Amino acid sequence: MTALLYPLGVLGRGTLAAMASIGRVMLFALSALSHILRPPFYGREFMVALLNIGWLSLPVVGLTAVFTGGALALQIYAGGARFSAEAVVPQIVAIGMVRELGPVLVGLMIAARVTSSIAAEIATMKVTEQIDALTTLSTNPMKYLVAPRVLAALLVVPVLVGVGDVIGIFGGYSVATGSLGFNGAAYLKNTVNFLEPLDLLSSLIKGCAFGGIAAVMGCYFGMHSGRGAQGVGRATKGAVEAAAVLILAANFLLTGALFSL
Amino acid sequence: MITLSNVHKAFGPKKVLCGIDLTIESGSSMVIIGGSGTGKSVLLKSVLGLVTPDSGVITLDGQDVTRADRDAFLARFGMLFQGGALFDSLPVWQNVAFRLLRGSLQRPRAEAREIAIEKLRRVGLTPDVADLFPSELSGGMQKRVGLARAIAAEPEIIFFDEPTTGLDPIMSGVINDLIREIVTEMGATAMTITHDMTSVRAIAHNVAMLHDGVIQWTGPVAQMDDSGDPYLDQFISGRATGPIEAIR
Ligand SMILES: Nc1ncnc2c1ncn2[C@@H]1O[C@H](COP(=O)(O)OP(=O)(O)O)[C@@H](O)[C@H]1O
Ligand SMILES: [Mg+2]
Repeated sequence: MTALLYPLGVLGRGTLAAMASIGRVMLFALSALSHILRPPFYGREFMVALLNIGWLSLPVVGLTAVFTGGALALQIYAGGARFSAEAVVPQIVAIGMVRELGPVLVGLMIAARVTSSIAAEIATMKVTEQIDALTTLSTNPMKYLVAPRVLAALLVVPVLVGVGDVIGIFGGYSVATGSLGFNGAAYLKNTVNFLEPLDLLSSLIKGCAFGGIAAVMGCYFGMHSGRGAQGVGRATKGAVEAAAVLILAANFLLTGALFSL
Repeated sequence: MITLSNVHKAFGPKKVLCGIDLTIESGSSMVIIGGSGTGKSVLLKSVLGLVTPDSGVITLDGQDVTRADRDAFLARFGMLFQGGALFDSLPVWQNVAFRLLRGSLQRPRAEAREIAIEKLRRVGLTPDVADLFPSELSGGMQKRVGLARAIAAEPEIIFFDEPTTGLDPIMSGVINDLIREIVTEMGATAMTITHDMTSVRAIAHNVAMLHDGVIQWTGPVAQMDDSGDPYLDQFISGRATGPIEAIR
């Protein structure tokens, strides 16, 4: 009987542990938000975070978007041809990029690039006692390290998503006009006429949410890193995994909330 | 005055502090000695609140440190960490002047830089290291930058975790003199962890020996040599045989 119950025990303990970590992450995120709102503010740290998360991510975001937009145009053209609907390429590329692929791919790229570097940096600071040193120098690590990064991500990732959307549509446009025989002006006109304000708004809302998830996960895993090089490695891996999965889950929930009304 | 009474701390199953009782008078220099891994760093960190004791009370001037206003409390302290703990994203002078560049002790940038260079000079470093990054310095130099940072805001209470480890004998002498000066001239209260018996004799008013999670012996440095305590005697003389097991 006890042997039969054993898997249930494992399942129960696992669920409880998962719930407890979700609770801790939520509390951490709330605390980060409250530190964003209350002084002192560290302007220099914020500017550095903006630069790292926003500006320096542009190349990777641009490349991801342009290739995805291009591939999307090819796929829709080929798929559409099966029922003589090749003409919908501009509309589907636009909606696919803006509503789904732009935010998700930029979010995942930010998880790869920003979450990992935030987690590794903060974990190293934790392991080498720099976090303790900050505290003894009367500086709250939540304010000095976490708040600027989270705020920067909340503000700049939507912008990156916007840039990604535009570049993705441009990628589709290049392929469509370059090799699929579309007329450039008509392609752009179709794209612009088709997109609705809610499409664009949803893109930015998703960007904001994914940016927040990416930065909070990096900071949380970094601040709770174990000891030594192994601790830093685990923190980084855990942060990227958690950020990527949460971004995809949040994307599903947000898509549901925004478009199934 | 800092007092610790019956302080306990364990990490998981590992009991590190098992009932520490210790008093450090204001303006005095207390040196903590004891083998590696006996919990000396954990002891200092519990006073600062970086480690939360499982039980026991720590007071500063009669007030429980856990009830004190954190900012006001920490503003009175300076701490040199065992590994230096320099911020590697900032150049050396901004590390030293960290407190003077932000918060309640903020000064104009140029003035903060001047103070930083002056403190670097006091720990035997030339002004040209000011603009280097910590990763460009040797271990001993990093330790001295950490020391300069600990004293930069002239705190009332300073904790030094192994200030002379990794330094050559001459530089150790310079640092010992500096710590003695800080206590005698600035009237600061100092708590120093060291393994270096020359340092102990140079800077201590009082000595406490940590062993097996408790203060094995404490008293004025003058009584250290004829304490009659076998643990302390073994430690001072550095014998491999005695009550302290040296596992080989
Ligand atoms: N954050 C921590 N987590 C787990 N164990 C710790 C932690 N800090 C210290 N310890 C353990 O406590 C013991 C005492 O450490 P420490 O105070 O650094 O020794 P030392 O006397 O050499 O300064 C060591 O065994 C160390 O592994
Ligand atoms: Mg130590």
